[in-house]
Amino acid sequence: MALISCRDVTMTYENTVALRDLTFTVESGDYLCVLGENGSGKSTLIKGLLGLKAPARGTIAFGDGLRRNEIGYLPQQTQIQREFPACVSEVVLSGCLNRGGLPFYTRADRARAAEVLEKLELSGLARRSYRELSGGQQQRVLLARALCATHKLLLLDEPVSGLDPVASAHMYELLARLNREEGITIIMVSHDVHGALESANRILHLHTKMLYFGPAEDYFRTELGRRFLGDERHE
Amino acid sequence: MNELISAFFSYAFLTRALFAGVLIALCAALLGVSLVLKNYALIGDGLSHVGFGALAVAAAANLAPLTVAVPVVVAAAFLLLRLRGRGAIRGDSAIAIFSTSALALGVMVSSVCGMNTDISAYLFGSILSMSESDVILSAVLCGIVLVLYVVFYHKIFMVTFDESFARATGTHTGFYDTLLAVLTAVTVVLGMRLMGTLLISSLIIFPSLSAMRVCRRFGSVVTVSAVISVVCVVAGLAVSYLFSTPAGASVVAANVVVFAAFALTGAVLARRRSRALLAEDSENAERI
Repeated sequence: MALISCRDVTMTYENTVALRDLTFTVESGDYLCVLGENGSGKSTLIKGLLGLKAPARGTIAFGDGLRRNEIGYLPQQTQIQREFPACVSEVVLSGCLNRGGLPFYTRADRARAAEVLEKLELSGLARRSYRELSGGQQQRVLLARALCATHKLLLLDEPVSGLDPVASAHMYELLARLNREEGITIIMVSHDVHGALESANRILHLHTKMLYFGPAEDYFRTELGRRFLGDERHE
Repeated sequence: MNELISAFFSYAFLTRALFAGVLIALCAALLGVSLVLKNYALIGDGLSHVGFGALAVAAAANLAPLTVAVPVVVAAAFLLLRLRGRGAIRGDSAIAIFSTSALALGVMVSSVCGMNTDISAYLFGSILSMSESDVILSAVLCGIVLVLYVVFYHKIFMVTFDESFARATGTHTGFYDTLLAVLTAVTVVLGMRLMGTLLISSLIIFPSLSAMRVCRRFGSVVTVSAVISVVCVVAGLAVSYLFSTPAGASVVAANVVVFAAFALTGAVLARRRSRALLAEDSENAERI
């Protein structure tokens, strides 16, 4: 069974339809990039996948033993966070709280956090304050927290918005490595098509309804794909 | 100094004020860190005004003040959060509507029934205000607040730092918001007698803001603000006793002094740190 299967999913807000008849599947090990303009339903889809909003019609089902609290979510940063007095290890450890019902950290949690910090080359920053880090470092810390919450699936909401080109490239490299070496499934919502497309193997293009879903290589050959990429290039 | 210490332990009203004050200050400081970081700081202020209204009505009806005020203010906290969540009336405006109408009600009730000294003590706080049963109630409720805070400390951090991540990983953020609001409501009502309705919110806001000038970890912000809060309450009560100044105002004054000192220290530290970083940077550049 697929890791995630969405069948005829329609999601609505009071009286507008945000997503219509969406059907797609995500297999374990996929790297899916969700494209679309503002207001195309990307954020709504994220809410649906996270279980924060129920579909009006259709079903979103998890397979391969994935539980809802095992999604490693990387939300967009808020203003509160940028100035938040917390050290890196406090932030990363908080990703472990969804495992088990205890409101405390176990030794295994601490070991896992240390391992993730090591993997993302953050060990040197563990005692540093989050608000003193660069944008790229902050984003990597949030990725580390997401990895503490999951072994299977990362769900990223605009992971490179606000980052400079070097930091963006580094972020994409990390994600590609996690996907390739650890077999972590990645679902990424992004504006930044070019960087995103380098490693994605599936594309989902939304405009309230589904415009394209399929392999990344084929997307570039479609009229839609060429136009979307062309638009981006002119910006 | 020795005289002061012995005064604190020989006058029963001073011992009571000190004991309850320290407990309330501790709770207020812990809760304050999350409230300030979540931009909820005004909730404390709004709730204290609601508390004033409740106290005025209780005094007019000859009921025990705290037993009326605690449930009323807790209910107000629930309502305030719901209003915020719905977004029907924007957060700050909702609080303003609540606090002014409660204040108005309190003033009207107390003027109809004749303004008594109790009411003015509620507005500005009094070192004489704590009766023995108040102290016992404060001790019990503060104990509950502290235990809940410690048990849920990590969850509170997670929800304060990033509500959407917490929700996504299956944490009921609504529960923790409500918990924070209810604990704040209880703390505000208890502290109101000593600090005064108009000044109690400073007990929530000041210590954590001072701590944030200097500390860079959540854990240390919480610890330092708790220490600041307790020290300021003790200092404020001592000043209040020695110079017969109102208790609430004296505690706030102590907090202002500490805030200024911490802001200065924070600025100096930040300067030094950026200089160290620059030096490190140029060293690296030379090596290359």
